[in-house]
Amino acid sequence: MEIRRYTFIALIIIVLIGVVVVVGKSEVSPGVIIVSMIATTIAVATPLTLGALTGVFCERAGVVNIGIEGMMLASAFFGWFGAIYMNTILKMGAFPSLIIGVIIAVITGGLLGLLHAVLSVTFKVDQIIGGTVINLLAVGISGFLNRQLFFEKGSIFGGQVPHAPGVLPRLHIPLLGDIPVVGTVFEQQPITIAAILLVIITHYVLFYTRWGLRTRAVGEHPRAADTVGINVYRMRYLNVIIGGLIAGLAGAYFTLESVPSFEPLMTNGRGFIALAAMIFGNWSPFGSWAAALVFGAASALQINLQFFRELIPPQWAFFQSSAVVGMVPYILTMLIMTGIIGKTRAPAADGIPYEK
Amino acid sequence: MDKSEPQVKEEKPNAFIRIVKQVGNALLVPLLAVITAMIVGGLVIAGAKGDPFAAYAGLFEGAFGTLRALSETTVWATPYIFAGLAVALAFKGGLFNIGAEGQLALGAVASAWVGYRLPELLGTTIPGAIHLPLTVGAGMLAGAIWGAIPGWLKAKTGAHEVINTIMMNYIALNLVSYLLNGPMKDPDPLNVIARTPLISEGAQIPVIFSKYRFHWGFILALVVAFLVWWLLWKTTLGFEIRTAGSNPDAGKYAGINVSRTIVLTMTLSGMLAGLAGAIEVTALNYRHELGFSQGYGFDAIAIALLGKSHPFGAVVGAILFGAMRNGATRMQFLTQIPVDVISVIQALILLFVAADAIVRFIYRIRAPREQVVLTRGWGK
Repeated sequence: MEIRRYTFIALIIIVLIGVVVVVGKSEVSPGVIIVSMIATTIAVATPLTLGALTGVFCERAGVVNIGIEGMMLASAFFGWFGAIYMNTILKMGAFPSLIIGVIIAVITGGLLGLLHAVLSVTFKVDQIIGGTVINLLAVGISGFLNRQLFFEKGSIFGGQVPHAPGVLPRLHIPLLGDIPVVGTVFEQQPITIAAILLVIITHYVLFYTRWGLRTRAVGEHPRAADTVGINVYRMRYLNVIIGGLIAGLAGAYFTLESVPSFEPLMTNGRGFIALAAMIFGNWSPFGSWAAALVFGAASALQINLQFFRELIPPQWAFFQSSAVVGMVPYILTMLIMTGIIGKTRAPAADGIPYEK
Repeated sequence: MDKSEPQVKEEKPNAFIRIVKQVGNALLVPLLAVITAMIVGGLVIAGAKGDPFAAYAGLFEGAFGTLRALSETTVWATPYIFAGLAVALAFKGGLFNIGAEGQLALGAVASAWVGYRLPELLGTTIPGAIHLPLTVGAGMLAGAIWGAIPGWLKAKTGAHEVINTIMMNYIALNLVSYLLNGPMKDPDPLNVIARTPLISEGAQIPVIFSKYRFHWGFILALVVAFLVWWLLWKTTLGFEIRTAGSNPDAGKYAGINVSRTIVLTMTLSGMLAGLAGAIEVTALNYRHELGFSQGYGFDAIAIALLGKSHPFGAVVGAILFGAMRNGATRMQFLTQIPVDVISVIQALILLFVAADAIVRFIYRIRAPREQVVLTRGWGK
């Protein structure tokens, strides 16, 4: 079953990369295109991977979280704002500003995770609505503060031009990074590398530690877990907050690693695609990562096709529009959600508030 | 059977008082939620170095201060009513339609297309009595299809409508962006905006006043709200929708085809959202422009929740949200507080309405007996 799933994932990624190779091969050698596509795929899959891990932590503990999108957006804004503030007002230098920005983003995510936990665990609000509240709140707050703090007369930069500290630098990994041509695949930025490490860590925590066993118990059968002395509320709170912290890191990706700017609504549904990746990945860290790579490849297709726009043959002119290619990840998500490649199973108590 | 049934004397208050009590109870928590949200919103404004009292005064003046302001409030409220009804209807059927945004945008595009392109295709003008219904119908149909797809996927494969309606939103937005920048772009040489040409006169709903933008769409919205109420509580289909929403298992045993009901509910919901787009095109703008509908779908969720998923509640919520959006411009003009603060307040309203436990906790109000469960987990 799992083999089939991963084969299917590999096939889609190969097809998506293949399309770009076919279009661009007259100008750029296939090897370069493939390496560049893989590197882009891994990088743009980062927020999806992290978002899916957020979902894994929350839902394995029995809390549905559709607020990942909002958590990312709010963290992207506050992290970015923090970095600019450090850089412009406190003159901390680019790199320390970025690090503090990432920390602020992670804390923002954690606080929204706490809010989600309060709503869904303590107040037993319908979790889908709780998540929607977080999404709307994030859109409102980030949009409002973005304008108020930077542009209007309430701007806290008091006449100084806010100065973004750029993006996190690429890391050079010894040995792997030194391989000619292929080496660029491993030349990634820190949050991307952290995301991959987090996949491994999450897998270990979830399946090889007492914490993970308890988390899963709380998500599958809270009553039984409660009976043997596990504090259901506490486990759910902590896991949702951990999830929020990870979503915060995903938010930092948008404004501190990918581009050095913030735009309203810039997360563009990534939080929801991350959820689909989590479901397709059967609530497992490695499965989620693999699914995130599929969507990453779809986005990489969109980015790379832009370079080869003129090379698209006229009978395919429809695909010259970036709006048309931009639909691919969403259509792919819907196809995958139909379960054509095998059903997945959610934790049994997912989404059901626990009444003591 | 015992013929002499015991006569229980109940202290029955008269019907009028009962209704007032019922309405009062229903309105209490949303009202307190709005007030609480305004207070917290005021703190946010103050925190961002603004004057909350001046802001709210400006908001109120902009929303209700003049006849023109009132008219503009109804203009804002019209699509909100339709979209709010769409979400509320789906909620009643136990479905979460986050896709009103995309359904509305596609409805507007389809309407605009029939409105300007059909006469060109036929090479003749079409009488309004035929053209207008076709134009509005096209918008409803497009919305209905866009809603039916996630409904069908849910009924057939169990794929959750929350993910699918959102994906359909992004697909719709990309599609609309492609159409308005490409094949459907207004060919006028002076035009640089992504918008369609004007629809032909026969497809336009005539204006009521020349001075104010108040239009027939608002009245139609109120009529449709009544129709939705009638559908939900006075017809068999409505009963099936509500049963499938509140207790699908019981519905199944009672012989309701739950899968069919899910598809129908989503189709109707999408149709209402599509109608919102169609009315914007035929009664107000006479064309579709990129980005005009942004955010309606998400506001509609808040409106439906604020109205407790009741059609009349949705109307009240829509007018409130319309007033806020409309008044916000005046507020920004007077106090330089960005209109975006309205989104914050609206999110807070939604927070306090959804988590009515918080409001009940603050104001010490007893909880109602029954709680409607909307969606739980990702299962079927």
